[in-house]
Amino acid sequence: MSPWAWVLTAYGCAALLVGVYAWRLWRRLRQVSRARLGEGET
Amino acid sequence: MRAFAVGGTAALLSVGLFLALWGSPPDAYQGEYVRIMYVHVPAAVSAYGAAAVAFGAGALYLWRRDRRWDFVGRAGAELAALFSGLTLLTGMLWGKPVWGVWWAWDARLVTTAVLFLLYVGCLLVRDLADDPERGRRLSAAVAVLAFLDVPVVHYSVVWFRTLHQGPSISLQGVKLAPEFLLPLAVNAVAYLALLSVLLAERARLASLEGER
Repeated sequence: MSPWAWVLTAYGCAALLVGVYAWRLWRRLRQVSRARLGEGET
Repeated sequence: MRAFAVGGTAALLSVGLFLALWGSPPDAYQGEYVRIMYVHVPAAVSAYGAAAVAFGAGALYLWRRDRRWDFVGRAGAELAALFSGLTLLTGMLWGKPVWGVWWAWDARLVTTAVLFLLYVGCLLVRDLADDPERGRRLSAAVAVLAFLDVPVVHYSVVWFRTLHQGPSISLQGVKLAPEFLLPLAVNAVAYLALLSVLLAERARLASLEGER
């Protein structure tokens, strides 16, 4: 692998790991907020 | 305020990425591989930061038994595991082309792996305990104990003869040239901003869920 391939693999792994964590967190927060909003309406 | 924090963090990360990939020159010895430093070191700094938060919140929870500290402690432990895992991963991707091996039984590498496992354990004891309150107390105690590994990780390159390089930034001075120091500093600040946003949001989720 070329040096740039190693560099981009490292950045890609970081983006994937943190990105998946942040995306799951955001999705869960949205679900919980919606559920609480629904509870308030009923 | 949240939108401002998220926007500011995204802007900082973008500037950091630009400086890391285009702003920084290649290193005289390592060539382009030096660019991995701008993700590896900030990830390690963020792991230390998250571990410090988990330690503080854990100690306060054990003392006060206030659930809010447990929410913060859970967020800290989870992010300490995430960022120490990322430190290990990027370290391996840097080590293979530069050292010729993915892994070595080196003091810095081993203590970092122990740090990662301690925070995974911290999350596991919480989820595996039959009694939620016992799980919270155990998890807080593990977070407090796990933090003892942070200075061991940091000073491992000073205390032991290691394959890993010594500290480039210490109380004795900075061994990095300004053209490498600026991208590293910007990326470290960007990652700490990212850590703060993730910590706040994860603690908010824990509080909304009122989770065990």
